[in-house]
Amino acid sequence: MKPSITAAVIASCLFIGLPTTTVADSEDVVVENAWARASIGVNRPGAAYMTIRNNGTDSATLVGLETPLSMMPDIHETKTDANGVSSMAPAGDIMIPPGESVSLEPGGLHAMLMRPQIKMVEGETFPLTLNFADGGTLTVDVPILGISARGPEG
Amino acid sequence: MLALALYIGWWQVDGPGAPELVAQRPLPLTQMEFRMTDQVGSMVGPTTLLGNPSIVFFGFTYCPDVCPTTLSDISGWLDDLGDGVADMDVVFITVDPERDTVAAMAEYVSYFHPAIQGWSGTLSETARAAAGFRASYEKVATEGDDYTMNHTASVFLFDSEGQFAGTIDYHEPREFAVPKIRRVLTRTEEETS
Ligand SMILES: [Cu+2]
Repeated sequence: MKPSITAAVIASCLFIGLPTTTVADSEDVVVENAWARASIGVNRPGAAYMTIRNNGTDSATLVGLETPLSMMPDIHETKTDANGVSSMAPAGDIMIPPGESVSLEPGGLHAMLMRPQIKMVEGETFPLTLNFADGGTLTVDVPILGISARGPEG
Repeated sequence: MLALALYIGWWQVDGPGAPELVAQRPLPLTQMEFRMTDQVGSMVGPTTLLGNPSIVFFGFTYCPDVCPTTLSDISGWLDDLGDGVADMDVVFITVDPERDTVAAMAEYVSYFHPAIQGWSGTLSETARAAAGFRASYEKVATEGDDYTMNHTASVFLFDSEGQFAGTIDYHEPREFAVPKIRRVLTRTEEETS
């Protein structure tokens, strides 16, 4: 009898575990206040900002970006040390706990758009796809504001 | 006890114990030596800034996050200060002169407040300028044969005689930044009247 009980427990764990680990997390993620700055030409990397909110009951993990605008989009984090020196580096995966949000804003996290393929023209928008650890994706249209924009309102 | 505290203060700030990580005050402009070209092609240097209060900061135009934010912040401060900035020199010095030519600087600064100038120099003049301001910068390779620059993102204030008059930290809120600039402007008015 013993082996079959163990098997049944494992089977029910798999069955119950399935929805929570593979489906529920990124479906309830929304993006608010996305914006980017216009670029000068196509040689300079761009940056995009937004608030990513997880309205679900499980955490969601942002693992990557895709956009036709850039060959190498990535989430970066700018840090300024005690000496006032700023640097930026890939931020890695971004975990968003249920009910919480993560802000990509100037001087902190940003969607770094390296190797741009298209000039970013003020007034236009571009699609940016967020890839999550559960395989879910979310595509948002990012409005391009002026080069001197300070936030989503310009 | 006070003497000891003072001694420790000296030792940390100027003395042999000064750790590299503690930001030092920029030299007075009168003690700096470097030559650069501004966005309209004129030869400029630290003495160009004497006679008016000035705001100086470092950056580069291939900088997607910190630099446009700093230029936007400064543009906002200058808007708040209104006519008071008419006689102020506001200078953006590139730490990446290999990519930031005079023409690139001219185009870049044109998108921000019209008072903002863009200065570029040779690699060695850039190093001399940064040394005078006690600013640091470093070229860092990124994915795909590219590079970015780590650099001091603070904004330096000088009075009309070229004396260092304070620092505005990167992305400091406008309600703190604008009064700091206003104090330097007021001090200059008192000196000249
Ligand atoms: Cu970046």
